[in-house]
Amino acid sequence: MAEVNLVQAINMALAYEMEHDPAVLVLGEDVGVNGGVFRATVGLQNRFGKERVLDTPLAEALIAGMSIGMAAQGLKPVAEIQFSGFIYPTLDQIINHAARLRHRTRGRLACPMVLRSTYGAGIHAPEHHSESPEALFAHIPGVRVVIPSSPLRAYGLLLAAIRDPDPVIFLEPTRLYRLFKQEVPNDGEAVPLDACFVVRQGRDVTLVSWGASLYETQAAADVLAQGGISAEVIDVATLKVLDMNAIVESVGKTGRCVIVHEAPRCAGFGAEIAANLAEHGLLSLLAPVQRVTGYDVVTPLPRLESQFIPSVKRIVDSVRRTMEFV
Amino acid sequence: MTVIARFEIDFVQFLDHLGRVIQPLPAFARDPQALIPLYRSMVLTRTFDAKATALQRTGQLGTFASSLGQEAVSVGTAAAMRPEDVLVPAYREYGGQMMRGVRIEELLLYWIGDERGSDFSGPRHDFPICVPVGSQAGHAAGAAYAFKYRGEPRVAVCILGDGGTSKGDFYEAINVAGAWQLPVLFVINNNQWAISVPRAIQTAAKTLAQKAIAAGIEGVQTDGNDVVAVRFAVERALDKARGGGGPTVIEALTYRLGDHTTADDASRYRNAEEVKEKWTYEPLARLRNYLFGSGAWTRTDEDALLAECVGCVQKAVDNFLAIPPPRPEQMFDHLYAQLPKALLPQRAAAIEEGADRG
Repeated sequence: MAEVNLVQAINMALAYEMEHDPAVLVLGEDVGVNGGVFRATVGLQNRFGKERVLDTPLAEALIAGMSIGMAAQGLKPVAEIQFSGFIYPTLDQIINHAARLRHRTRGRLACPMVLRSTYGAGIHAPEHHSESPEALFAHIPGVRVVIPSSPLRAYGLLLAAIRDPDPVIFLEPTRLYRLFKQEVPNDGEAVPLDACFVVRQGRDVTLVSWGASLYETQAAADVLAQGGISAEVIDVATLKVLDMNAIVESVGKTGRCVIVHEAPRCAGFGAEIAANLAEHGLLSLLAPVQRVTGYDVVTPLPRLESQFIPSVKRIVDSVRRTMEFV
Repeated sequence: MTVIARFEIDFVQFLDHLGRVIQPLPAFARDPQALIPLYRSMVLTRTFDAKATALQRTGQLGTFASSLGQEAVSVGTAAAMRPEDVLVPAYREYGGQMMRGVRIEELLLYWIGDERGSDFSGPRHDFPICVPVGSQAGHAAGAAYAFKYRGEPRVAVCILGDGGTSKGDFYEAINVAGAWQLPVLFVINNNQWAISVPRAIQTAAKTLAQKAIAAGIEGVQTDGNDVVAVRFAVERALDKARGGGGPTVIEALTYRLGDHTTADDASRYRNAEEVKEKWTYEPLARLRNYLFGSGAWTRTDEDALLAECVGCVQKAVDNFLAIPPPRPEQMFDHLYAQLPKALLPQRAAAIEEGADRG
């Protein structure tokens, strides 16, 4: 079994599902001949033809709008938005149409589409290429927001997203695309949506994260282990709909929680998790829930992005403060 | 200097504002009897419209957007469509929706604020009313792509207003429709007013039809108060699309005789003289005059039709008023194909809250 990186895992999942379901098609800017700017769709047009792998005009609202029309009439479009900074024109379509088509027609029409985009900082990209808009989407009733953190997870989650009968916003951490490889069996096995994954067992503190930040979070858990602190690490994976039970259960065991995300702190998704812990896990908590996040600033251009992304040190420091709380 | 492109926009009209034939009628209209169903649909639409407005005024309906004066656009368009085509409408297309099988009860349910109103018993593939103007244009392009992909001889028909043509969604949709030669038709219901903004300050373009030219597709202007012209132009465009000839934009010139909605007062921004003059162009009187003149229609026919439409609408209203209100948990019933477990407590809370309110 070959080891693949995250972007190759995306490609594998797309190819697998296109092979097995003629209703699945891929559309977006540069996804055809070029195979996507990150090569996530490379080879698909040659393999499945120009009718199924569509290079669209440079019009993000249209990409989302067309996907809705396709999905409502029986196709399963997987649309790519090149960078999350360009995703905002799709918000009208996602909020006003995709997310509510099933609801407002009482199930007569549905919208089984996937909107894929790269997201997050850390690849020294130009302005508008590094944002983390997951909380914007997580606020929308009727969609799912899914964020893979590894090649294995990307493969299984993307298959689940494409097979899901409702719209899924699938945000791929650009920083992880080629950061490491894993063995990923190309067996068409999806992993469940709406479920958190405990990726490391621990007893002293629960670290909750998703996407690229999970990488630093796991590295922080290694550092903490050397200092005798046992951290449980949870990969949220599906932010919407959030599996809060898994987090409450873990914090019930550890008594402490640090949430790590790259997006700005204010009204970030960490706030939702912290509020849920306050409501449902207060009596388990031995210390206040901490957040280690991006700052409430514009995502900086590359020269400062490493200062913006939560570092291993910031996570470790936060956990130590949590451990010392009396 | 060399001219590298020129374009023309055709204007299609068969009946002038007095109902006089100004050019040979198309085949479907040669027998005046054949136009009676169109007339009936327009009268039914207007009857529905008046009743819905009255229901709103008496607190039995929410805010309602009238289609008064615009009946020919909607009816002419739907008359040319096949059942398997898909309508992607803005609001105010009741005439066309009813012809395609949407029940009056369903239209009223929608406007009282009940999602069940968009669950048409009739055209199961038609899109619900689109409120954010112009944003449905991309849906039509996507639906058309699905038809083309599966090799189905179906056409997506998007109806949007003049205001909607100012939106990027419209440009993006006609652009891709042209580039990919999609089986789609965009009908612009140009009623001259986008709430308080008149057509003249919406765009400097001489016609809205010519916006098609920039997308590389055919643009046609019709008299939108002449149902024969609308149906003719739409039929032509649908035949073309079905035969692989690609998309069309049709601008139908009409006029919004009423307020934008029942929450609007058009007298604040529009002078009464203009409205009075526009009443002389309205589509029902025009076709009625033609039918009277041709001998196919009599005063007795007219009275019978009005009574029939009033009865039909009243029956639908009675049915509508008897529909019990939705239960609170119905907020959750179709949010996702299957309600995620995480939302079950909220659903239970809504039921409990609903029970408390009786």
